[in-house]
Amino acid sequence: METETHSEHDCCAHHDNHHELVISNVEVSYGSVAALRDISMATSCGNRVALIGPNGAGKSTLLKAIAGLVPRRRGNIQWRGTAVKKWSREFAYLPQREEVDWDFPITVSGLVEMGRYPHLGLWKRYTAKDHEAVENALHTLGITDLRDRQICELSGGQQQRAFLARALAQEAHVLLLDEPFTGLDRNASESLACLLAELSGEGRLILASHHDLDSAPQLFNECLLLNLSQHDFGPTSRVLTSSAIEKAFQQSPPGLND
Amino acid sequence: MFTPFHDPFFQRALLAGLLIGFTNGFFSGFVVLRRTALSVSALSHTMLPGIALGILITGTLTQANAFIGALTAALFVGLGSVVVSRTSRIDQGTALAILYTTAFALGVAALKYLGNYGDLQHWLFGDIRLVSSNDLWLAFAIGSVILLGSCIFFRPLLLTLFESSIASAQGVPVRAMNYLLFLMLILALVTSLQAVGCVLSVGLLVAPGATMSLLTNRTTVLFWGGGILGAAGSVVALLCAYWIDIPAGPAIVIVLGTAFLLAFLLSPKYGLLNGTRRS
Repeated sequence: METETHSEHDCCAHHDNHHELVISNVEVSYGSVAALRDISMATSCGNRVALIGPNGAGKSTLLKAIAGLVPRRRGNIQWRGTAVKKWSREFAYLPQREEVDWDFPITVSGLVEMGRYPHLGLWKRYTAKDHEAVENALHTLGITDLRDRQICELSGGQQQRAFLARALAQEAHVLLLDEPFTGLDRNASESLACLLAELSGEGRLILASHHDLDSAPQLFNECLLLNLSQHDFGPTSRVLTSSAIEKAFQQSPPGLND
Repeated sequence: MFTPFHDPFFQRALLAGLLIGFTNGFFSGFVVLRRTALSVSALSHTMLPGIALGILITGTLTQANAFIGALTAALFVGLGSVVVSRTSRIDQGTALAILYTTAFALGVAALKYLGNYGDLQHWLFGDIRLVSSNDLWLAFAIGSVILLGSCIFFRPLLLTLFESSIASAQGVPVRAMNYLLFLMLILALVTSLQAVGCVLSVGLLVAPGATMSLLTNRTTVLFWGGGILGAAGSVVALLCAYWIDIPAGPAIVIVLGTAFLLAFLLSPKYGLLNGTRRS
C-alpha cells in the first residue's frame, strides 16, 4: 500500500491555514456513457457539503471519483495544494449502508483498527500510537462500550458511528459519505447530525450525498446541486431555491442509474 | 496399538495430513470470510479435467503438470463464468454450476484414456497413504507459499474481503488481491487432491474455517485455529482410519465435519444448544 504523500500533521483545527479541496472540470464516464461532467468546486476544512440531485444524477459517482474508486476521464482534484492522482490517505470513503456486508465476522474495534492499515502498510507493527488512535476514535464517537460487539449486532446509527470511527482512526480529514442519513430513525439522524457538526467544527471537511431536500439546509452549510453536470455550488441557503431545485430535478438524465 | 507409527507409508501419510490439513485449514478462513464455498466446490471438480488433459498431453503425471493443468482448467471455468454472466442474463452462480459440472464430466470421460492413471476412485477420493517423499516436499512448499502470501498481504486481503470500495479508497490494489486469493486457492486445492481427492477437498477447505467462525470473533484465531484444527483433524482421522479400517480421505472429512457439528451445537457463543444465540 503505497501512499500518496502528505506530510505528517495533526488535525486541521490546529493549523492556521485552511486546507482547500479544489475540484476542477471533473468528468467520469462508464464505458461510452457520460456519468458526470463539468464538476468544479472549491471548499475547505470545516465545511459540510451536500451533494444534491435526483436519482442517477451522479452523486455517488462523484464521491467515488474523489475517493479514487472510479477513474476520472478528465479534470483535477487538488487537496492542500497537491494533486490527488488516485487516492489520498487523508480521504475516507463510507459506502451506502446497504452496500456493506454486515454479516462479515468482525468486531467494532476490529473495524476501527482497519482504519490504521494505510498507516501500517503491510508489515509495520501495530504500536501504542495506533492503539491510541483507535481508542480516541471509539471515544469520540461514543462507542467504546460497543467495541467487542460484532458489527451485525449494531443498530443503523451505531453502524454509521463505527464506520466514522474507522475514518477517524485513519486520521482522515475529508469524509466522503454516501447517503449517511438513509435508513436511520429520527433519533439516530439527529445524533448523526450533531456528530457531523462536531467533526466539521474540529476542522474536518465533510462531503455527503443527500436526498432529503427539507433537512439539507440544517445539516449542510454548502451544497452542490447536480444532475449529470453541475447546476450550482455555494452556501446551501443560496443554492437550494425552489426554482433551482425544480430545474435540476426536472431535467431527466438519459438512461443512467446511480 | 502404535504399530502404524513404524510403517513408513503411515509416517508419510501422517506428515502429509499435518501439512495439507494445516494449509487448507488456514486458507479456509478466507473461504469463510469470502462466502465462496460454492466456487471452491466448482474449482475442485474443475481440476479433474485439467489434470487429465495434462496427462494426455505429456503422457505422464507430475506435480508440475498437475498444477498447470488444474490452474488452466480453473481459469477457464472461473473466467468463463464471469464472461457468461456479464454477457447474458445468466447469473454467475448458474454459469459456474453448468461449466464446472460439464468440465468434471469431460474429465471423468477422459479417464478411460489415461492408462495407469485412470483410477476414478483415486481421483475422486484421493489416497493419502500413497504419498511419496516428493509429494511431501511439494505439500510443504505449497503450504509455505500460502502461509507467506497470506501473512504478508493479510491486511489488504482482509480489507478487500470486507469491503472492496473502502479497500480501494485506502489504496489497496483490490484486483491484484483477488487474483492472489484465487491462485492460493488453486494451490491449496492441488495439495488436497492427493489427500482427499477432488470431491472431498471442499470439506478440507471449508469446514475448519467454518468451525472456527462459530467459536471466535478474532480473525487471527479464525485463521491459525483453522490451520490447527485442519492438521489435528487429519491426524486423528488417519489414526481412526487405521484402527477401524476405513479409507483415509473420507475419514478426514468425517472428522472435520463432526468438529463442525459439535461447534454448531455447543459453541459457547453461537451454539444451537446454548440459548444466547445472536438474533
